[in-house]
This record gives sequence, C-alpha cells and structure tokens, in this order.
Amino acid sequence: MKARVYVTLKPSVFDPQGRVVADALVTLGYQDVKDVRQGKFFEVELETTDAATANLRLTEMADKLLANPVIESYRVEVLQ
Amino acid sequence: MKFSVVVFPGSNSDYDAFYAASRVLGEDAELVWHMDTDLKGADAVILPGGFAHGDYLRTGAIARFSPIMGAVKAFAERGGPVLGICNGFQVLLEAGLLPGAMVRNDRIKFVSRIVPVRVDQTDTPFTMACASKQVLHLPIAHGEGNYYAPPDVLEQLEAGRQVIFRYTDAACNVAPDFNPNGSLNSIAGICNRERNVVGLMPHPERASEAALGSADGRVVLASAVRWAAEGMLRHA
Repeated sequence: MKARVYVTLKPSVFDPQGRVVADALVTLGYQDVKDVRQGKFFEVELETTDAATANLRLTEMADKLLANPVIESYRVEVLQ
Repeated sequence: MKFSVVVFPGSNSDYDAFYAASRVLGEDAELVWHMDTDLKGADAVILPGGFAHGDYLRTGAIARFSPIMGAVKAFAERGGPVLGICNGFQVLLEAGLLPGAMVRNDRIKFVSRIVPVRVDQTDTPFTMACASKQVLHLPIAHGEGNYYAPPDVLEQLEAGRQVIFRYTDAACNVAPDFNPNGSLNSIAGICNRERNVVGLMPHPERASEAALGSADGRVVLASAVRWAAEGMLRHA
C-alpha cells in the first residue's frame, strides 16, 4: 500500500528558501507570485493493505521522524 | 577529568574537540563511536560539529536515534555536563535535550567566519570560567543556525536565563546587523532548565590556540575542567 506524507513549515516560521524561490519567480516575470513556502514530500510504501493501519503507522512515523513538531506540521494521505 | 567526544558518521569536528581537550588542556579525552552504548567513564560529553548522517531529512534528525544517544540522555538526566557544538547543538535540539529548533539561515548563505559572541550567563559548566558579558571571538560555520522557538518557549528561555551566548559586535552590542543567521533574539547558545546541557553554534574548540586565529574558545572547555575540579560534578 502506498501513502504520501506532506511536511510543511508552520505559518509562524520564516521560510528563507521559499522566499528566495518566490523572488526568483518574480525575477522570471511571474509578477503575480506573492509568496512561496517550500516543504517536503514523502512517498512511502507499506506492507499493510489496511488503510486505517497505514494511516496510524505513518502518523507515528511523522511524529517520530519525518516532521519536527517545533517548526513543522504534516498531512498523511493513504492511496487506495 | 575525562571528556568523551561522540563520533557520528559525518562528524568533522570530533578530532578538533578531542585535540582541544587532550592536547590544549591536557585532560583525558576519548572518541566514542555513535554505535556504542557506553560513554567510557565520561565526566563531560561533547557532541561535535559536522554533518551527522549527512544532515539528511533535517540536521540532527537521524543522529538523535543513534545508540549512544540513550547513554547521553541518561548522563544528562543525572546532571552530567553535555556540550553540543554546532551540529551537536542541532542533535540536542532534535533529541529534545534542549528546546527549540534550527531553520535555514535567513540570508540562505552558509556562513563561515569568526564572529564576536557574548557570554550572557556564567553559571553553567561550560561558562563558569568566563566573565559575565565577556566577548569571545569564535568561528561559526553553518547553513542552519537560525534558532527558532515558539513565543512561549522563547519567553521561558529568557525568563529562566537560559540564553547563554548571543551574537554581538566587539563592543557587546546586540543588533540585527551583528546577527549572522537570523536567530531569534540573536541567540548563539542556550542551556536546559537544569543548566548542565549547553548547545551553541560557534566552535570554541576551533579557537583554542592563537595559531588558529583565536584562543578565546579555550575558556569553554576550561570551564568544564574547573567545574569538575570544584567538585561540582553532580552525577558522580
């Protein structure tokens, strides 16, 4: 079973990389870009075939390792 | 006294710390591999700078699960002095031994230069030989030294006098212009509530002899020696 985990910086945390990407886009002529926030995306393959189990396991993994709760939040998406 | 310096795969200041402790200060020192589970009779533990586990995922995020970290945590809980330098500081943050987190430097650049750092508190094992508000010229070398903590945690740190080192100018002034990475409140180093665990981004061990450009950092490890000599090793 495949799942995705999206990790993003919390809104209160300044994202220097996202800022630079936003500036670069504006320089390229995309004047309509107001802001960019850069995050991380994980594709995880699990042995289980049960979506609820997969969700539980990935939430645990995100809490423990994939995200740092001080600065990041995450979202788990289990693919059917 | 004995310093144990933890070596993670990707550590690169491990030998610098070992050298400062053993050759410069003439104390016992031992390098301890991260797969070990015992700190070899340490009186003080150093988590050195570098790029443990390649800094993959987040700085310090993988190193925090190295087998030696169980022993480091237990040592810290017994009151043993633990110093995290640069990447070692990042490991302590990820391990929850110190509060807060690191994000990318605000100007994106990896900064590598000698900067003035003010000692704000002298009642820790790694600053007790310093004068209050003493300015040390120490090298920094990092891309992620931008210290962040949520507002309530930051307030607790300040109220508890847990901010130990701050970036300043040579005259002791704190201002955004003298902050090399965007750290909140110009924070260069902090301690835990019990004050035995200290983390800082600058490298005192790389400034332990005049030939290295500055000998100002010597006082940091010398503090631990004095701490031990004065019988303040509470974990004993």
